[in-house]
Amino acid sequence: MIRVVLPAHLRTLAHVDGEVTLDVKGQVTQRSVLDALEACYPMLRGTIRDQVTHQRRAFVRFFACEEDWSHEPPDAPLPDAVAMGAEPLLIIGAMAGG
Amino acid sequence: MSIVRVLVGTRKGAFVLTSDATRERWDISGPHFAGWEIYHLKGSPADPNRLYASQSSGWFGQQIQRSNDGGQTWEPVGNKFVYDGVPGTHQWYDGTPHPWEFKRVWHLEPSLTDPDTVYAGVEDAALFRSIDGGQTWQELPSLRGVKGHLWQPGAGGMCLHTIVLEPSHPERIFIAISAAGVFRTDDAGRTWRPMNGGLKSPYELPDPQAEVGHCVHRIAMHRSRPGVLFMQKHWDVMRSDDAGESWQEISGNLPTDFGFPVVVHAHEPDTIYVVPITSDSEHYPPDGKLRVYRSRTGGHEWETLTHGLPQRDCYVNVLRDAMAVDALDACGVYFGTTGGQVYASANAGYSWAPIVRDLPAVVSVEVQVLP
Repeated sequence: MIRVVLPAHLRTLAHVDGEVTLDVKGQVTQRSVLDALEACYPMLRGTIRDQVTHQRRAFVRFFACEEDWSHEPPDAPLPDAVAMGAEPLLIIGAMAGG
Repeated sequence: MSIVRVLVGTRKGAFVLTSDATRERWDISGPHFAGWEIYHLKGSPADPNRLYASQSSGWFGQQIQRSNDGGQTWEPVGNKFVYDGVPGTHQWYDGTPHPWEFKRVWHLEPSLTDPDTVYAGVEDAALFRSIDGGQTWQELPSLRGVKGHLWQPGAGGMCLHTIVLEPSHPERIFIAISAAGVFRTDDAGRTWRPMNGGLKSPYELPDPQAEVGHCVHRIAMHRSRPGVLFMQKHWDVMRSDDAGESWQEISGNLPTDFGFPVVVHAHEPDTIYVVPITSDSEHYPPDGKLRVYRSRTGGHEWETLTHGLPQRDCYVNVLRDAMAVDALDACGVYFGTTGGQVYASANAGYSWAPIVRDLPAVVSVEVQVLP
């Protein structure tokens, strides 16, 4: 199972506590993980990526295995540790504020 | 005895305030959608327990929430707002073309007769409609065809912030946009006309005859007299007696005619309320005194209403969607401030008291009276 950590506002919106676990078919990429996430939690559509273009929202970032994956192609394979469920994919609200 | 329900949208969540008809003691529930901006929430006139709320975030975008039990529980519904066709460009602040981009829903206006039909005014300015309780949204695109390439954003963005449905003429809708002006459809949104004759915006528009581009902050109508509209413009308080075909200034003796909201008394169609704000560069009341002004003559002659309102060191603002009236007798008047207070008057404005005073900045206030 793939582990995903959502930011607090999206956990509230999706009515979940802690990590989300997803069954992802095929290669584990940003796109396949987000497809599975949105299928399980339809209220998250449009909150992480645009509903039409599927572009990442400007203030959202993806971290995994202590690396920033935000600017990697959506079909690039995520690290093996994420694909094997050893590490989560972190979906982060970009830092802002004072 | 009737129940009064006040729906408050703030920068950090929604709150629901309830009281009996005395309007003296208020119970407060919330924050709903804590931490999210709630630009507006409003109940259906056809089913008062059906509420719609616009929930948005600069990080995570737009959500629409729906309640079927008067705000006790909510469910997210459709949030896919896609402009019809290729949206093209509008004017940017400096007059250059700028692509149309959806940012948020400013205002939700439920149908007067069908709880599942609701209109959404959005930024960048466009009008959407749902006929399935908010599950799906379709744009009424011909509105943007009315010289949309000349519309420009106001300081708060290029927002469609006001939707007025006419009860006696179901296919007539008025909308207002900052900064484009007032538009009217008489055929349920298939065609639109700009309704800005008589508006003067010499500091914003070089063309004195400009059909669009005016920064209208709010319009209001009394349901018993649908041909009469009142407007708080960026500067100037205006009135139309011909359903928006032409406008005349009614600022009269106001201390300043800049402001955001304008509302009409529930039972007296010539009694109107505004909250004058110093200027477009100083968004707070003149002299640090929070004063509501009421005209009982449909404009020109204004009286100051201050009893119970702070009369020194007050530098809050009252935003365009943050004033409303109830339908009780005597008419209740309510407004919220950017300082987090919601003030109410249970006697048509003669005296005021805060019914809650330490909320996040208030963006919108709506009132329902339940049997």
